Amino acid sequence: MSAEGILPLELAEVGFSVGGTRILEAISARFDAGPVSVILGANGAGKSVLLRLCHGLLAPTAGRIAWDGRFAGDPRRRQAMVFQRPVMLRRSALANVVYGLALAGHPRAERTSRARAMLGRVGLLALAGRPARLLSGGEQQRLALARAWALEPEVLFLDEPTANLDPSATRSVEEIIAAVAREGSKVIMTTHDLGQAKRLADEILFLHRGRLVERATKDAFFAGPSTPEAAAFLRGDLPWD
Amino acid sequence: MGDLGEAAATAIQMILGADWRLWSVVLLSLKVSLAATVLAALLGLPLGALIALKRFPGRHLVIVILNACMGLPPVVVGLVVYLMLSRAGPLGPLGLLFTPGAMIVAQTLLVLPIIAALARQIIDDAWGEYREQLTSLGAGPVQAAATLIHDCRFSLLTAVLAGFGRAAAEVGAVLVVGGNIDGVTRVMTTTIALETSKGDLPQALGLGFVLMALVLAINGIALALRSAAARQGA
Repeated sequence: MSAEGILPLELAEVGFSVGGTRILEAISARFDAGPVSVILGANGAGKSVLLRLCHGLLAPTAGRIAWDGRFAGDPRRRQAMVFQRPVMLRRSALANVVYGLALAGHPRAERTSRARAMLGRVGLLALAGRPARLLSGGEQQRLALARAWALEPEVLFLDEPTANLDPSATRSVEEIIAAVAREGSKVIMTTHDLGQAKRLADEILFLHRGRLVERATKDAFFAGPSTPEAAAFLRGDLPWD
Repeated sequence: MGDLGEAAATAIQMILGADWRLWSVVLLSLKVSLAATVLAALLGLPLGALIALKRFPGRHLVIVILNACMGLPPVVVGLVVYLMLSRAGPLGPLGLLFTPGAMIVAQTLLVLPIIAALARQIIDDAWGEYREQLTSLGAGPVQAAATLIHDCRFSLLTAVLAGFGRAAAEVGAVLVVGGNIDGVTRVMTTTIALETSKGDLPQALGLGFVLMALVLAINGIALALRSAAARQGA
C-alpha cells in the first residue's frame, strides 16, 4: 500500500558540517501532518540550514532524512519553500506565479486563472501586471507566498519570512501563513521572533548552537521551558553568558 | 587635420552619392557580421549558461581558456578556417573558401568566445541569487538556463553587442578567408585596408566613418530597445 502523502518527515541523528565547522549536530525529529512547527533560535543556531536540509537544498553530512517511504512519487513535488529574501523573476507578479505552476506541470490552460486566484488570496490582484521586482518588500514576500501556495504543497517551509519586513507587512504575511496552515498544508518555519512564534506556532522546536535542545507545545514552551538555554533565550539573555 | 576634414567630406559625399558599389560593400559587411553574431549568440549563450550552471572536473580550466579566447587574433582564426576550407582541407569539398559563407564561419568562431565568456560570467552571478529558489521550484538544468537567459537578457544584450563590435571591426579573418574579391567578398574593413595601401586616405577614412556610424547606430538602437523594455519594468 502506498501512502497518500509524503509525511511524516523523519530526521535521524542528522548533522551538517562545512569545512570542519559543525553547524548542526545529532538532530532527531519527526514531523507529522497538522501542527504548525516553529523552529526557534538565535541567529547562527542553524535554523536555516535545518530547513534547507529538510527541503533537500542541502545534503546532510551525517545521519539521514526520509519522507514516508510508502509514498510513490517524487517528494520534491509536494513541498515548497519561501525564503527570507524572496527571489523575484524579472517578469510580472502574475507571471511569477504562472512560472511556478508551469514548472510543477499544471496544464497551460489553467495556469493563468489559478495564478490570478492566488494573487487575489494574498491581496495582490490589483498588482498582477506589475513587474515583480518593483513591488515593495512586503508585497514581494506575499507574492512569494502566493507562488508557493499555488502549488498546494503538502509541506510549506518558510525561512524567517518576515525578518526584513515592517510590522504591518509582517502582519499580512502572518495572516497568509495562518491561512495556508488552516487549509491543510503542514507549515514548518524558522523565526527568531518570539512574538511571531507565539502567534503562529502550535509547537516549538528550540535550536541552540546546532542542537535541538527542546521540543514542546507552544503553551508548554512559553509557560516554562525545561532547559536553561531556552529559558535564557526567552529572557533575552545574551548567548555567551 | 586636413586629411580628416577631407575624409569627412568624402564620407558625406559617399553616403549622399549612394553609389551602388559602396552600398554593396556596406551591406555585405552588415550581412556577414550580423549573421556571425546571431550564430555566435545562438551557440554562445547556451554554452555560457551550461558552463555557469554545471559543475564538472576541469571547469575552472575551461573558464580560463574561454576567457583567454576572447583575445583570439583574427588573422590566426582566419588562417585556421582557411586551412579547414582550402581545397586540401577537411571541409574543402564544401567550396566555401573565398565566399561570404567562409567569412561568416570565421567571424562566428571569433565572436563565439566573447559572447560565451561574458554570458558565463553574467549567468554565473545571477545563478548565485536564483539557485535555491529555482531548485526549490523544481527547475531542471535546461529550465534553469532558459530562465536565467531570459532574466539576464539586458546584460546579455551587451555581451552580444560586444561580439558584434568585434565582428564589424576586424579585418584579419575576413581578409584571409574571403580574399577581398571586388563585388564578392569585399567588405568595409578590407576596403579600408586596400584603400590605405593604395594611398587613397580620404576614401579609406571616409569608409571608416561610415563603419563607425553603423556600429554606433546599431548600439543606439539596442540601447533604445533596452531602455524601452526597462521602462515597462521587464
